[in-house]
Amino acid sequence: MESNKYLDDISEIKNMMSRSSRFMSLSGLSGILAGIYAIIGAFIAKLNIGNYILSSNSSEFLSKTEFNQVYRFSDLAVNLLVIALSVIIAAVVTGVILTYNKAKKSGEKMWDVSSKRLLINFVVPLIIGGLFCLILMQYGIAGLVAPTTLIFYGLACVNASKYTLGKVRYLGYTNIIIGLVATQFIGYGLYFWALGFGVFHIFYGALMYFKDEK
Amino acid sequence: MSLIDNINKAFDHRIRLGIMSILMVNDHADFKMLKEMLGATDGNLASHTKGLEKTAYIKVEKQFIGKKPNTRYSATALGKMEFKKHINALEKLIGK
Repeated sequence: MESNKYLDDISEIKNMMSRSSRFMSLSGLSGILAGIYAIIGAFIAKLNIGNYILSSNSSEFLSKTEFNQVYRFSDLAVNLLVIALSVIIAAVVTGVILTYNKAKKSGEKMWDVSSKRLLINFVVPLIIGGLFCLILMQYGIAGLVAPTTLIFYGLACVNASKYTLGKVRYLGYTNIIIGLVATQFIGYGLYFWALGFGVFHIFYGALMYFKDEK
Repeated sequence: MSLIDNINKAFDHRIRLGIMSILMVNDHADFKMLKEMLGATDGNLASHTKGLEKTAYIKVEKQFIGKKPNTRYSATALGKMEFKKHINALEKLIGK
């Protein structure tokens, strides 16, 4: 009889320690979906780039005006930006909805001290990485943008992992490694993006989903 | 029955147990956070924090954030040590 009460006490202590320091309602399913969006986005981007190369080659024959080239390139840049933004928005919206549902199910608040702390620790390295990418573009070092986004995203995950599910740390390490490897294969950024943001999101998302949510 | 001696009466309540657990893993927590985490009423929480303050297991700091008064709590070294003892005692009692 008494030892039941002690067992309750211990589990209450554990529960309070993890709930007050880590946000546990992060949805694994949203990781899987984010990965799928990323791969679809990379595929559409690849088609766009292919079209651009095709049309810029054929324009050698059709018209040689510089204007045409510049116009087409800015077209491609806008398309790629729209694709990237759509992927990010879709991933964030899905993540927020699924996390909200999971939090509601487990009786945890979506917007509390632990989720705020998680968000701040995730977003700070990400913003710095984003600014650094803009600087790279400023100096025309576009080839390093893809590896840099992967590395900073990885650092953001490692930093945030202290405040949520532990597996996020390994997703971070993986993306940092992929980013570093990608620096040696400039021009293949899109493939590394698809691998880091796509395949490994699905992989770790599935690990989290099947272990914690099934 | 020396094991029972290590069970600390000061922690023998769900709210106080919760307060100490939260302060073990967080440097500090304010009143609102404790209230939300533990689902306690203002009066209930205030009386338990006062109890823990009296035994010098937690430290209370009152400050202002802008114009709002803010009360934040942290575990003292004594509180952390006593709470660890309490956990060990609980674990031993279950292990029997």
